[in-house]
Order: sequence, then structure tokens, then C-alpha cells
Amino acid sequence: MSEATEKECSSSNSTPSPSEVIKIDGDLIDEMEDLCDEDLFGCYQCGTCAAGCPFIEEMDLTPDEVIRKVIMNEKDVLDSRTIWICASCYTCAERCPRDIDITKIMEVLRQLILRKNIDETDINDLSEEEKRSIPQMAFVCLFRKNIG
Amino acid sequence: MIIVQYLYYPGCTLKTSAVNLEATAFQIMEALGHEMVEMEEWNCCGVVSSLTDDDLMHHLAPLRNLVHAEDQGFERIITLCDMCANTLKQTNIRVNESEEDLEKLNSFMDRENDYKKTVRVQHFLEFIRDDVGWKVLKKKLKKPLKGMKIMPYYGCTLLRPREVAIDDAEEPRVLADLIKTLGGECIDNPFKIECCGSHHTIDDKELTSRRAYKISKYALDKGADAIMLSCPLCRFNLDVRGKEAEDMFTGYQQIPVFYYTQLVAIALGLDIEPSDLAGHAVAPEQLLKDKEIVSAEEIVVV
Repeated sequence: MSEATEKECSSSNSTPSPSEVIKIDGDLIDEMEDLCDEDLFGCYQCGTCAAGCPFIEEMDLTPDEVIRKVIMNEKDVLDSRTIWICASCYTCAERCPRDIDITKIMEVLRQLILRKNIDETDINDLSEEEKRSIPQMAFVCLFRKNIG
Repeated sequence: MIIVQYLYYPGCTLKTSAVNLEATAFQIMEALGHEMVEMEEWNCCGVVSSLTDDDLMHHLAPLRNLVHAEDQGFERIITLCDMCANTLKQTNIRVNESEEDLEKLNSFMDRENDYKKTVRVQHFLEFIRDDVGWKVLKKKLKKPLKGMKIMPYYGCTLLRPREVAIDDAEEPRVLADLIKTLGGECIDNPFKIECCGSHHTIDDKELTSRRAYKISKYALDKGADAIMLSCPLCRFNLDVRGKEAEDMFTGYQQIPVFYYTQLVAIALGLDIEPSDLAGHAVAPEQLLKDKEIVSAEEIVVV
């Protein structure tokens, strides 16, 4: 077993993790099929996505580890910080030598959670000053990425 | 003289925290003998294009804007915001490639006409490069940015995904060419195409400050006087979160961050209002005075 498949994802301590709430009986990859047609089995774990990712230092799993966990049906990939840290900058998708749109994979994993009405961010935590000063486009972007 | 009229799609942030980007772009167009009119009844572009195959719903908002452009008799939309350009272009591609998707989307819009696929979306930087051209722009300069070392910063959505990119995804040059045209010195850098932190400016602003630090520190170390960019969210993150990074990293000092339109307007010798340079966490006026690009009387520090 590779190091990637042994690695456990960080999950919030008190509340149930997304993988515990979302009961996926079958294979994770089958759940993802309707949302994207990327060939994850084409990934040969070269790590180009990880090497180019500007957020790699902030992630608990590298993007190639995320793909590996999906292939291995390790559903705790849904508890990973990585899928929320990904800002959809498309660098990985642009550089992938196997032409896998990893940006899309990250969004699909987020969508599996968001479509179960599990929001990642509570906008009420923000101060009035922050709501006034931060550009609107950042809010719309956050709503699209983190709120179902 | 024939004045050509172009249709402008603003998007949300151009009406709030990036009003100076909009104002200076309009000044540039006027100085170049063009007219830009704002689209009637525009709506939010959605900022982020749909990334899942089954999600057609989020193409509705961008498509509605394309329909409005058509209805208002234009074949082109000019945008100033990188994310708007990206989202509108991605939707345009999707409906041009799939008649089935277009039919579904058209059926969701009761008040609008069906989209006839006659509109193209153009970022203002593309307009300056492709329609105006560097030679014409250079001839009109009155105050070249002599002695100013500027680091170009592209971020993500101008360059990726490649279907909607305005330049090469790995080695873009449009901003570098613009800096040279304006008479400045371009400081190339490996971070020019890396993400600024995007929406994490809301849910993890320290992460965004770390991103801003990493990008701007390189510019600082290479002796850059300023950063030049085009995206309102990148501006906020590099400028505001970069300024906040001063408290996180000892000895670090954030350099000014300009929209390219501000520097083009200045180099063209246009009347710069205090509001055109307002709203920056690191005020850029002092740099312009130090470099003797504008005199103290020309810009009132507010």
C-alpha cells in the first residue's frame, strides 16, 4: 500500500466529518461519474500537480494523493483540507501530462459535500467591516466554492 | 473623426472597490478616441464558472449578459475584471459547442431572446494589445514611466484554463510588453502566474497574506518599485493582505500595487483625480512623486 493510501485526512474534532455524514455505499468514483468524466485511472502519480500547486504548503494531502485515495475508494478524502484549500487556479490541470482536469476533481469532491447541504464556511462569522471592505467578487467566489 | 463605440460589462466589483480601475479605463478609451458604453441590465457573471458537467444552472447568469449584448446590438463585450472575462468566455464556449445546452439555457430565460451566438468577450488588456496596439499607445505617451521598476502579476483567470486565456499560460508577456511600452522597466518573476489566494481572503485571510508576502517579497528583493496587475481581487489580496503581512513577517514592507489602467492613464498624461488612486492600502502617490512621473501639485494625497 502506498504512503498516500495510508495517510489519514484531517477532520473536524467534535462534529461528524463529511465522510461520516454522507453515506456512500458504493464506490466513490462511481458517485463522481455524473459530475465529471475525467479518467482518474490515467493518473500515474507523477506529482506534477503537487509540484506546481501554489497552495501545497497549506494542504494535508497533495492533489495526486487525493486522486489516489479516490481510486482506492478511501472516502475520508472527503474530510481533507486540500479540497477546500484548492482555489481552482487551474495550474495542475494546465500542467498534467495525463490531461486530467484535477481542478474539476477537487470541485466534484466539494460538490458531493455541498449538495448534502453541508456548508464549509459560515458567513455570519465575518465582521461588518470585513463585509464592507472585501471585494464582492470574493464573496460570490466563496459562495460558489464553499456554500451549497 | 469617427468615434467607435464599444459595449462595457462592469461586474460587481468594478462598481465598488475597483471604481478606480473603471474610471481610469474610461479615461484611456476617451484619450484613444473610443467610446465605451455600459451594458444595460447587466447582472453578476457568477465569478466562478461551473466545474461540474451537470451544472448548467451557473451558466445562466453569464449567458444572460451575452444575450443582453446581442439585444443591444453589439458583437463584442469588453470587460475589465479578469474573473468576469473568464466566466463569460467559458459560458460562451460551452453554448457554442453544445446546441443541447444552449437550448436548455434559452428555455430557462423567459424575458430574454434566445442567444444567437454572435457575441465575443474581450478583456480590456486584449483590446489595448490587439485593437490599439503597442505602437499607437507609445506614440500617445506624455509621461513615460521612466525609472520605474515594475513587476507584472497575472494571477490565474487571465491565463487559465487555456481555452479562455489571453496569453501563454506559462510565459505570458502582455503585461511585460505593456510595462516596456509605457517606458518602465519590467522585473520578471516566477510568481507572476501563481494564485493570490482568491476567496481565501474571506475564510483564511492569513493564508492570503502568506501568498501576498511570497509574491511581493520577490518583487521587493529584485528591487521592484511596484506591482502591476489587472484583477480587482488580486489587487485587494496583494495590496491589503500584503500590507497586513507586514505584521506577520519582520522587516517586510509591502510595495504599491497598481492596476495597469492607472499606470496607462498616468503615462498618457491624463488628469488623475485623487479618487483614481484612492482605496489602496499602500498609497501609490509618493512613489509617483519620488520617480518624478507626476509633480506634487498634480496629485493631491487624500
